[in-house]
Amino acid sequence: MSRGALTGSRIRERRLIKGMRQADLARSVGISASYLNLIEHNRRRIGGKLLLALAQVLSVEPATLTEGAQATLLAALREAVAHLPSDELQRIDEFAERFPVWAEAMVQSYRQTQSLDATVRRLSDRLTHDSHLAASLHDVLSTTAAIRSTASILAEPDGVDEVWRTRFLGNLDEDARRLAQSSKALVSFLDNSDNYDTRPSLPQEEVEAFLADNGYYFAELEQDGGSIQSIIKNSPRLVSNASQELAVRALSQYAVDAQALPQIPLIDAIKDVGVDPAAIALQFSQPLHVVFRRLASLPETEIGRLIGLVICDASGAIVFRKSVEGFSLPLLGSSCPLWPVFTALTRPHRPIRRRVRQHDGGGKDCTCLAVSWAQGTVDFDRDPMLMAGMLILPENTDAPDVLALGASCRICSKEACESRRENSVINNL
Amino acid sequence: MSGHVILVEDEENIAEAIRFLLSREGWSVDVLGDGTKVVETLQNVKPDVLILDLMLPGKSGLEVMQDLRSEQLLKDMPVLMLTARGQSRDREMAEQAGVTRFMTKPFSNSEVLTAVRDLHAQARQHRTALSPNLTDQATLAQLNRVTEV
Repeated sequence: MSRGALTGSRIRERRLIKGMRQADLARSVGISASYLNLIEHNRRRIGGKLLLALAQVLSVEPATLTEGAQATLLAALREAVAHLPSDELQRIDEFAERFPVWAEAMVQSYRQTQSLDATVRRLSDRLTHDSHLAASLHDVLSTTAAIRSTASILAEPDGVDEVWRTRFLGNLDEDARRLAQSSKALVSFLDNSDNYDTRPSLPQEEVEAFLADNGYYFAELEQDGGSIQSIIKNSPRLVSNASQELAVRALSQYAVDAQALPQIPLIDAIKDVGVDPAAIALQFSQPLHVVFRRLASLPETEIGRLIGLVICDASGAIVFRKSVEGFSLPLLGSSCPLWPVFTALTRPHRPIRRRVRQHDGGGKDCTCLAVSWAQGTVDFDRDPMLMAGMLILPENTDAPDVLALGASCRICSKEACESRRENSVINNL
Repeated sequence: MSGHVILVEDEENIAEAIRFLLSREGWSVDVLGDGTKVVETLQNVKPDVLILDLMLPGKSGLEVMQDLRSEQLLKDMPVLMLTARGQSRDREMAEQAGVTRFMTKPFSNSEVLTAVRDLHAQARQHRTALSPNLTDQATLAQLNRVTEV
């Protein structure tokens, strides 16, 4: 059955959700109850003014009645019930359209399970690999040991001579200050224990949350003399020393980039040539990756379009991510090896353009521009430290030949993929 | 009963407190702040007890143990390992590495003193059992020189 043919069923469903009697709805739009009954049983096609009137009374968009469940709901539903036999999956449209509330509930339940699964993996990973947590605990325990030992000596009935007493009191004062600082950092780190799914846990996550909070844009650093320290000091996101150090590095880079590509001339250039990194790089005599970083940092209202950015190091580890609608960036684990940013690592300094689409989870066509560059000092006697960046530009049109890729293997349903590292949780699509 | 202790601890204030406690009881104490020179030092100066922190700059306590136990003359040295990491896995790894006793931070002063005394006494008993006539440091040093030849 086609989607349009189920308009009547959707009207009935919405009416029942709203708790209206058939006769009342019919009266409110000026038709008879028997005619509405025919419509609700898909035995009369409707459109035009009657459809608009029904949608208004039912408090829904007309498209919701004619087109049914949204594509994103369907995609999410497919992901949620991927384990079902394929013949059952063929009826998924019908299910979503007949029972939209149940479908939404099922998707929400699936999302919650996914979130819990991610939390479990994150906590497990943190306990195993989080050097920051281990170092914080070590610091607290070591300082406590020093305080306990010193205080016990000072509390002995026989006491100690004046020289040692003065020395140990000084040590106590020093350790007490250190303990106060490290305890505070640790408590902040472990705080909000009921919010593990949203709380940043690792230094890089704290910095990412901090950058996202600021929209990746720092007006203070667009001008010469902006204080990085005051920005960091005023951010509640940057709890740990490690994240503050990372943030200093990121903002220092931001300030250097802002000097190289000042905001006003850059926006003027975008007005002239559009979001064309190669043309901008040529105009300002700057390398492409600097242009990438600047484009990703300016407000979307200034640039006129959404832009995502991923930067990885030579190991493929993502060191910066700015997500964008239509291209999913996994928070956990490794990314899809088909991303052009990884291809760029194999072709140093050669710009790569790919039209891509992630075929799970409502992916849009995106133009990905990637390039790699040597970071730091380049010398004859050592290999350069390669980095790669990928600008992600969502497109509004569908191209026929796009590179199909995923977010990460675990949630990718692409079949017969030579790059697959692990089995997907999504099967039989 | 007292002797010579080498303490490897990068936390200066812990080292100072332990050194004070042991010195007051008549032990001579030398302190090293990282793990890089431990084995080299022990090859020249063989203490009665080694107190070794687990997490050290340069070389970890477990790495020091590995080097230590591969040295013929040092493989039986009593070692008290101090650590802020008290997980069972760390304890197992320390035991496998040949640590004689494992103590988690924060510890009490009496625990450290008792442990050092016990380790020293056990080592003496062990030596006496091996050779009843060789109990004093001078004779042991002589034996070590003979063994080296």
